[in-house]
Amino acid sequence: MFESITQNLTDALGNFTRGKLSEGNIRDGMAQVRKALLEADVNYDVAKSFCDNVTKQAVGDQVLKSLKPGEQIVGIVYNELVNLMGPVDHSIAIRRGEMAIIMMCGLQGAGKTTTCGKLATMLKEQGATPMLVAADLQRPAAIEQLRVIGEQVGVPVYWEEAGSSTPVKVCQNAQKAAKKEGCNVLILDTAGRLHIDDSLMKELVQIDNKLMPHQALLVCDAMTGQDAVNSAKAFNEALELDGVILTKLDGDTRGGAALSVKAVTGVPIKYIGVGEQLDKLEPFHPERMAQRILGQGDVATLLETAQRVLDAEEMEDQQQKMLEGKFTLDDFLKAMSQIQRMGSMKSLMKLIPGMGQMAQAMEAMDGMDPDKDVKRVKAMISSMTVEERRHPDRIDRSRRNRIAIGSGTDPAEVNDLLKQFKGMSGMMQQMAGMNMGDRMKAVRELQSEAMNPNSRGVSQGKQRSKRGDLTKDALREKKKKERQRQKKARKRKK
Amino acid sequence: MALFSKLKSALKKTKDLLRTDVRDLFKSGEILDEAKLEEFHRGLITTDMGVEASEEVVESLREEFGGRTVDPDAVWENVKNTLKEILKGDGSTNWDPENPLSPLNMATEGPTVILVSGVNGVGKTTSIAKLANYLTKSGKKVVLAAGDTFRAAAVDQLTKWSQRIGCEIVRKDPGTDPASVAFAGCDHAVQIGADVVLVDTAGRLQTQQNLMQELEKIRRVINKRIEGAPHESLLVLDATTGQNGISQASKFSDAAGCTGIVLAKLDGTAKGGVVVAIRKKMGIPVKYVGVGEQLDDLQLFSPDDFVEALLEES
Repeated sequence: MFESITQNLTDALGNFTRGKLSEGNIRDGMAQVRKALLEADVNYDVAKSFCDNVTKQAVGDQVLKSLKPGEQIVGIVYNELVNLMGPVDHSIAIRRGEMAIIMMCGLQGAGKTTTCGKLATMLKEQGATPMLVAADLQRPAAIEQLRVIGEQVGVPVYWEEAGSSTPVKVCQNAQKAAKKEGCNVLILDTAGRLHIDDSLMKELVQIDNKLMPHQALLVCDAMTGQDAVNSAKAFNEALELDGVILTKLDGDTRGGAALSVKAVTGVPIKYIGVGEQLDKLEPFHPERMAQRILGQGDVATLLETAQRVLDAEEMEDQQQKMLEGKFTLDDFLKAMSQIQRMGSMKSLMKLIPGMGQMAQAMEAMDGMDPDKDVKRVKAMISSMTVEERRHPDRIDRSRRNRIAIGSGTDPAEVNDLLKQFKGMSGMMQQMAGMNMGDRMKAVRELQSEAMNPNSRGVSQGKQRSKRGDLTKDALREKKKKERQRQKKARKRKK
Repeated sequence: MALFSKLKSALKKTKDLLRTDVRDLFKSGEILDEAKLEEFHRGLITTDMGVEASEEVVESLREEFGGRTVDPDAVWENVKNTLKEILKGDGSTNWDPENPLSPLNMATEGPTVILVSGVNGVGKTTSIAKLANYLTKSGKKVVLAAGDTFRAAAVDQLTKWSQRIGCEIVRKDPGTDPASVAFAGCDHAVQIGADVVLVDTAGRLQTQQNLMQELEKIRRVINKRIEGAPHESLLVLDATTGQNGISQASKFSDAAGCTGIVLAKLDGTAKGGVVVAIRKKMGIPVKYVGVGEQLDDLQLFSPDDFVEALLEES
């Protein structure tokens, strides 16, 4: 997400960090920033006032006379971005003994029903007992959709036949049913409506008046253009929104809506939807989003995901094995499945500072899909016998051919995997022996080399011709790191 | 025309938004200075037509009228013509108001296959229902292929529409390979001698490579059953979509070979201006517009009316 806005902003801001800064070229640069924002669907007035603000702060003497004016300006942009999108409040107040009612509303196709399911999943994880209410009697089969989702999530769904009821009635009856069942959160899935459709907006206000929801949340498609502000404004006027949930942020949308909605309506963004699966709802963090927009990665989210998904014991076990040099292909497979649970390789790479551009570069080069490669590697390892996994050295030509056939790959690929694994396990031992600082340094070195197109390591064309479709990121980098280390070791010997 | 009055009323809000800005701007006798152009630029940006297209329009105004006294009529002519030219493109698409099916590329023999795709929640299924209704009313025998086997209850949604319209539907269990549904739909159409097959697909973000490959496969499989098919590949675009529409158009074209756009949800305050940018960059024409939730709220696109309704003065 946000790639393009990041790209353009990075270009524009890059000019600041090079060469001498003057008031003139700051203004030129900010014109570029404004264009980038507009192309990202940021509201015209928001973009303008954003740039004016930054310019005002940037042309001050203090900035220009400071040691690194360019970095100062990037800092100002970061702060302004955070101010624009924040502050937020993720809490959905659930008081003991009281039922919290959450009303979801939005335009057609924003993703309300799916988001209801995601929200229910999240609340359930947090220990609440939610109930979903099918108050969308408009769209054919909307009730069925919510019922299916309720089943997937394991949450009760209250519904009535569309022909014989009204949304207000459904909600009221649902409230009673929820009390009976002992649910403490009621999530109302209302029908999608246009903010200029008076009768439907009135209906929404009616539900609002009758049920007095604790939270009225607007579900907003992140791909929306300049109109996002209009609809958010209208919904806010009708309902006094408590928050916005931004959906479909997993696409390549530039997400300008995220920047504008808060700025124009004052309604904070609470959550973001980042995938079709029902657990793909994240709290919105303006700081992290600003970092992502500026291409500085988002390690915080990565760590959070890791903590949530990875099995701590297993990780420790693997680390121990690495230290002892007993890391087998089997462990490798396990580690890979764990990492995959966190999301696609591509989405993970984007969270690591500096790696976002690499993920993009790989995408640009056709066929470089790290996720596909992970799949292939998994297939290859799965085609090996237990013995082979433990002792990869015993894999000879005939075994190699069998593995290739079994996994639908090429013998050469199997060979590459084995070579890489061998290099990797050696390197892992070394890494495991290092302290944290050295490790970070090694990673940083790796990164700067990776981003340098002239470096020998990632001349991708060459790599590809040598070994075709194989694990590109993890394995290649580790292999490269190992090479560096060997080189250093050699030097030391001399 | 009744058709267009509806479109116009749908676009009225748009027009009002733009007009209030713009009418204040171009007063006869005043000098067209940078401040006015800037303000006009803002108006164009709000239509979502993108920085490039709006700069082109502003630039042509600047060249022609910059620094001179304003003749509102001439300025309007210039703006409209620039936009119309972009929307009409190379002139290969025909929008004949007498024949609502004119922009569709129909098969010379056997059933015409129309593949419909788009991102999640743009209104694909509803647009298909409207299109089916349109075609049925024009005397065509229509078969729907419920290819959205992913989203919960999508097949039910389309089935309900088919019952309302009174056309046939080919469906399979949820989770079935959508390509096989498409194939079965084409197969059924050939057998019963239907005129048109409308193939629904699940919504997908254009960045999901595996799903885009699935779309490619659907297209290939359709072609296997009926040669030359799909004859039309329509991308449904939400009028509220911003510049991301360009990415949608380009990536869906790569996978599904889009031949036209259905611009849905034009009845809100959104202007759908991104189709200008798409036409400019990729040459994909808009063929129909959706202006409401009812079955007959689908209309033939008209570049002239679209621009007129967008910028009309009175």
